[in-house]
Amino acid sequence: MSDSRDAVLSASGVSISYQTQNPVHAVRDVSLTLHRGELLGLAGESGCGKTTLAYGLNRLLKAPALMTSGEIVFHDRHDGDIDVVGLHGDSLRIFRWDKVSMVFQGSMNALNPVLTVRAQLHDVFTTHRPAMGRTERERRSRELLGMVGVDPDRISSFPHQLSGGMRQRVMIAMALALDPQVMIMDEPTTALDVVVQRGIIREIMGLRERLGFAVVFITHDLPLLIEISDRIAIMRDGRIVEYDDAENIYRRPQHEYTRELLASFPSLRGVRGDFIRSGTRRKGARNG
Amino acid sequence: MAERGSGRLEARGLGKVFRMRNGLRITTVHAVREASFTVEAGRTVALVGESGSGKSTIARMLTKLERPTRGEVLIDGVPAAHHGRGLARYRRDVQMVFQDPFGSLNPFHTIRHHLERPVRIHHPHLGSAEVRARVAELLDRVQLSGSKRFAESRPHELSGGQRQRVAIARALAPGSRFIVADEPVSMLDVSIRLGVLNLLADLQREEGLGVLYITHDLATARHFSDEILVMLRGEIVERGDADAVILHPQHDYTKLLLEAAADPDRLGLLRDEVRAGAQTGPADAVG
Repeated sequence: MSDSRDAVLSASGVSISYQTQNPVHAVRDVSLTLHRGELLGLAGESGCGKTTLAYGLNRLLKAPALMTSGEIVFHDRHDGDIDVVGLHGDSLRIFRWDKVSMVFQGSMNALNPVLTVRAQLHDVFTTHRPAMGRTERERRSRELLGMVGVDPDRISSFPHQLSGGMRQRVMIAMALALDPQVMIMDEPTTALDVVVQRGIIREIMGLRERLGFAVVFITHDLPLLIEISDRIAIMRDGRIVEYDDAENIYRRPQHEYTRELLASFPSLRGVRGDFIRSGTRRKGARNG
Repeated sequence: MAERGSGRLEARGLGKVFRMRNGLRITTVHAVREASFTVEAGRTVALVGESGSGKSTIARMLTKLERPTRGEVLIDGVPAAHHGRGLARYRRDVQMVFQDPFGSLNPFHTIRHHLERPVRIHHPHLGSAEVRARVAELLDRVQLSGSKRFAESRPHELSGGQRQRVAIARALAPGSRFIVADEPVSMLDVSIRLGVLNLLADLQREEGLGVLYITHDLATARHFSDEILVMLRGEIVERGDADAVILHPQHDYTKLLLEAAADPDRLGLLRDEVRAGAQTGPADAVG
């Protein structure tokens, strides 16, 4: 992935802290460039600031979280650059979901349990495309479900009538609704079984190929990221400690933490048990 | 009671049917069908499968938290008792480590309390000094060194990995020979998972503990166990030597699971595959 490709979202020097009695600096001086159509993996363990950063990129932070410094610029396909930090009111409402959408962690909680899938999909259009008629809304909603591999007739279902994988697909359909240029996915498949997870990842990759949106894919599952990402940023304690092509992260990791994370995942088909007698034990005892 | 490092724990034709009443309708779910396997002392057997495959039901039947509908659990060839003293004796030998170290420890009590209780219950003849010595020894065995400080702390003062070590110590406290570990590391941060698994591996190797390791993670199942059992909808569909099952899977479901597992060595392959497939239309949906 060369830097000469168009950037779609760039962040520089972003810091976010939680303004509590003892302020927590969750994100420190993070700079990233997301290119058009790129799949950027954001890896790190719990508490490293990856979700906070994602919320920051989408301007979803709520007090006490506060972006204390930095710039986020969205390079629109049509309208030129948008200063994301400066958006407020209507301009912010128009930006969100239309330009950058999000698939949240835990589809169980992100979908409204008392509304049908139809109501929740239509809602996106009534809010963002007020001119769209009911028939058209229904047509688009069904089309979206088809695109993510859910039978369009399930549109009348309530979330609890769907399996976990189907719910996650509905979330993706919703994120696709306005043809965004960037989709931020926060642990979109972590709670799912591997076979279902693989199906959804394949779906995301295929849709990206067809529709050309860029993806920020957040997870702690580094092997998965290496398999699917163009580039990967490794986060620890709010900082990006390494940021490189997936291949370099895997084959030539520079930072010690990256090596440590890689070593935490035993190779499925590699030499058996080679790390069991390695130094991991002492390190594990210290950390855990 | 048999010596640590000897004996075998056996499941023979285990089955469990759950009956669920929904108004007047009663539906039955076959959570486990005809499961038979043996965990020998000093060996680790991995039970892998997806959620709902019956792995945890097997764990609960082996630890006598759930009564099997069919079949039986045997220890050293003798059927395990369902109640009374026989059950107490069985539980001295077989203990469980739960998935969630945040939920399995009582936040009101110190680590010392958590470890002293099983020691006292299973060894009522021990004096206070001996109990204290056992607790120190247990903390040492799970590599929570500087045991004094850990003993007096409460669960919230410990990290997830440390809590899971306490849970393992508690499982060892009665003098257990077998441990059933149900997804013991899936709730822990990735960088500390191997430390906890290595601890179980050390106990298995050095003390001859028999371990049933329940997981959905094929990679750790392979590296940390001698034998792997693959479960699908309540049935064990494939079993064998850990390397053989992972490297030369026979059953279609095992192949599917392996195909779905993330493998960094396939870097970029999925993208290329999807790109090639994009011309022929969207891939079939799973899930």
